[in-house]
Amino acid sequence: MKFAVVVFPGSNCDHDAYYAVEHVLGQEAAFVWHKDTSLGGADVVVLPGGFAHGDYLRTGAIARFSPIMQAVQAFADAGGPVLGICNGFQVLLEAGLLPGAMLRNRSVKFQCEHVFVRVEQTHTPFTMACRQGQVLRIPIAHGEGNYYAEPAVVERLEQNRQVVFRYTTAAGEVTDAANPNGSVHNIAGLCNERRNVVGLMPHPERACELAVGSADGLLLFDSVVRALTQGVLATAR
Amino acid sequence: MTAIEQAIAQHGLTREEYQRIVERLGREPTLTELGIFSVMWSEHCSYKSSRVHLRTLPTTGKRVLQGPGENAGAVDIGDGLAAVFKIESHNHPSFIEPYQGAATGVGGIIRDIFTMGARPIALLNSLRFGPLDDPLVRRTFAGVVAGIAGYGNSIGIPTVGGEIAFDESYTGNPLVNVFCLGIARADEIVRGVASGAGNAVYYVGAKTGRDGIHGATMASAEFDERSAEKRPAVQVGDPFMEKLLLEACLEVMKTGALVGIQDMGAAGLTCSTCEMGSRGGAGVEIDVSLVPQRESGMTPYEIMLSESQERMLLVVRQGREAEVERIFDKWDLHAVRIGTVTTDGRLRVRDHGSLMAEIPNAALTDEAPVYHRPMARPRYLDEAQQLSLAALGAPAPPKEVFLRLLASPGVASKRWVYRQYDHMVRTNTLVVPGMGAGVVRIKGTTRALALSLDGNGRFAYLDPFAGAQLAVAEAARNVACAGGQPIGATNCLNFGNPERAEIMWQFARAVEGMGAACRALEIPITGGNVSLYNETDGRAVLPTPVIGVVGLLEQAEHAVRRAFRTEGDAIVLLGEARAELGGSEYVKVMHGLVRGVPPVLDLAREAALQRVLIEGASSGVIRSAHDCAEGGLAVTLAECCFDTGLGADVRVPALEAAVADYADVAALFGESASRVVVAVSAERTAELLALAAREGVPAEVIGRVGGERIHLAVSGRTVVDERLADAERVWSSGIDRYFERQQAIA
Repeated sequence: MKFAVVVFPGSNCDHDAYYAVEHVLGQEAAFVWHKDTSLGGADVVVLPGGFAHGDYLRTGAIARFSPIMQAVQAFADAGGPVLGICNGFQVLLEAGLLPGAMLRNRSVKFQCEHVFVRVEQTHTPFTMACRQGQVLRIPIAHGEGNYYAEPAVVERLEQNRQVVFRYTTAAGEVTDAANPNGSVHNIAGLCNERRNVVGLMPHPERACELAVGSADGLLLFDSVVRALTQGVLATAR
Repeated sequence: MTAIEQAIAQHGLTREEYQRIVERLGREPTLTELGIFSVMWSEHCSYKSSRVHLRTLPTTGKRVLQGPGENAGAVDIGDGLAAVFKIESHNHPSFIEPYQGAATGVGGIIRDIFTMGARPIALLNSLRFGPLDDPLVRRTFAGVVAGIAGYGNSIGIPTVGGEIAFDESYTGNPLVNVFCLGIARADEIVRGVASGAGNAVYYVGAKTGRDGIHGATMASAEFDERSAEKRPAVQVGDPFMEKLLLEACLEVMKTGALVGIQDMGAAGLTCSTCEMGSRGGAGVEIDVSLVPQRESGMTPYEIMLSESQERMLLVVRQGREAEVERIFDKWDLHAVRIGTVTTDGRLRVRDHGSLMAEIPNAALTDEAPVYHRPMARPRYLDEAQQLSLAALGAPAPPKEVFLRLLASPGVASKRWVYRQYDHMVRTNTLVVPGMGAGVVRIKGTTRALALSLDGNGRFAYLDPFAGAQLAVAEAARNVACAGGQPIGATNCLNFGNPERAEIMWQFARAVEGMGAACRALEIPITGGNVSLYNETDGRAVLPTPVIGVVGLLEQAEHAVRRAFRTEGDAIVLLGEARAELGGSEYVKVMHGLVRGVPPVLDLAREAALQRVLIEGASSGVIRSAHDCAEGGLAVTLAECCFDTGLGADVRVPALEAAVADYADVAALFGESASRVVVAVSAERTAELLALAAREGVPAEVIGRVGGERIHLAVSGRTVVDERLADAERVWSSGIDRYFERQQAIA
């Protein structure tokens, strides 16, 4: 199975995603430069974390214009699984592949720490190996992860079961204290209506080995391998 | 004052130095030449006051691949790999503009590392500030932390550790020392040389502006009330540009088309051209009109002295230019040829072809002034070294002292700080900040590196020789606690005005102490940085020698953490206490004093202790280890409990103090050196005690891990008995509490 890891200038979790796929998951990974126009026949696309183009405007605002994003859009339109992590999630929002926007954390500071997220939906290619309601321990590292969307949009996301991850306590309770950045409805990650594009602020690629603190993030990568091998994606389409 | 005298003074040169310039050139210098000399002969670039002392430091060893004199040092870590590392200060800019000052400090040290062909994988920092109840200090503190975070997070290099201390002397002169480590193939280390007549000299990176002109000269003078006017001498950082430079330079280095490369840090284009030429035994000729410029109308003087950030100078092999240009183009960076390598050993600067400066490289580098500055033992020492316990009155109850120390910002949790640093990116961080040494694994090998920065300004103030030794011992001990064998070090020496004999004496004694400790512990110093003139309005900072030690673990999975892990484990104290309170956190926090003599250090014992720690880690007998430092044994035990929430029941070894009332205080909060608290399973306790006995290290079972309280007794009397959760709350909020109100508004 081949994973394309898109490299924007300023991406800095590209190597981590590559390592998680190639060395922990044992699947094939390839870097794809943002000026390329082809994903090289990849089965899965990962938009990694970082500060694409320095994020001097809004996070992800310039990256959406990179030539590769047309290929990513087409890949998503065809039902291919796309995972946006942190800055990659922000790029997906700016590109309109997912709804909503990011505000600065309510602490007005960059925050790097382990948090707990509850899996709200297992019916996506990146969560099908999880249990419904399973609590994962995964780190965040961002200054702008305070998810916001108009109330009507949030309402629709909830109704369509597009909220995939929510910040909770270790016991899985949705509380304000467990919300690290002020995201509306404690939203940590979501999917599109078609459910093949998933974005989340926490870094699953940083939680693939117990040696670095947690292996819970590997479930997302295991999920997509299972989804592709079992042909589940076809039914999702 | 004549116009010439005025020009000399404005350039921070002495009349004698000006005379030397005239003699060396055989004529009066042009204004551009005067500017070039002034920055290269500044304290910051020339080390003119410190060089004679630095020469005495041990810099060689079987693992040393690169010692001082290059952009960074390098040591062999096996598997054909090298660890490339260095520490640098950015104290002066960080006071004038905290965010950008600190950010550009991070940017500068990262460039030093990737310039050597190494991919940076870890950052650490050592910071000093005034007391946090001063609003100006809070602003500086928050700005520095945000600046370090802003740069390091964006470029994607984890900040895996460091240390912070507070003292009034740093109020008007904070210290910001930043360490970076990278990994390179040992046989592919790139050096900052220009050689091969006719090879092209390229400029790549950000455009040159008027920012930072005379930054190096600013860093070589004291501060006064007009320092804020120096804000234009502070540069502005662009971590995105540096990220592009980092990736593009590493890609170019792989082609073999480079002869040498150097970043333009302090003294910018001036320093990089003459140093590269000097190292390569060649000359460099450039035309400043070809240098990409951000502003119009810049003079050759300004272009040569600008310290605009994120710029590199490259020497490219003849015929390989297009290949290099193509790689930079890919990263949307513009590499511009600005000159050529020559054979005559001179720096020649032209502007649209006209000659503006021509100076022998040697005059700027090897032949820069070297001073044997006068030294005198400071008058304050005799009084400061007297600590009369009797004069302090009766001590507060141990419980109260315990909680006050836990809440003291120097001891309290630094989570407020390191939460703002991305400490996990690159997925190598095995031991995160706030836990003693930071530990990063080396992917593709079984190995890991343990990294620690340490320094204690109070100890160095009371006895610079001992203070520097204690800093080396503590950094090496922290690394050994994690299971790392110390294999190299880098130092950052922060002192006041060297033109004052008492400051120079502090400096010289500290360097002697550092050298002696490094020799005894067999840790070569492969480079570093000196920051002098850390004074505001004539008041110097505490002399603050900081050392960064790199330790090697053969097996990453043997990394030892500080937290107690298993209920029922035995708590063993390695090492022995004396009644030592001189320079301690206790005396500072409870009595507001920096007095007494620092703890005694026996380097042979220290080395033996570290052997026990390293062997105990690799054999797995040691389950956790944490050294005793600020706040003594009581604070160390508490910190071992906090991370996992497992309590401890401990019989603290009793001591006799000169004043009987202070016996418990000394036992609990004294800071005797060479002591480590380790946890060991009941079954393997005898094995650990035997290992310690074999090395002649005192070892004693002092208690058990478990429960929800921290209970400390001396000679059968309970002296501290706190609910762990309560103690942890006090410790966790020690820094946060100064910023709570601001957060409420946000």
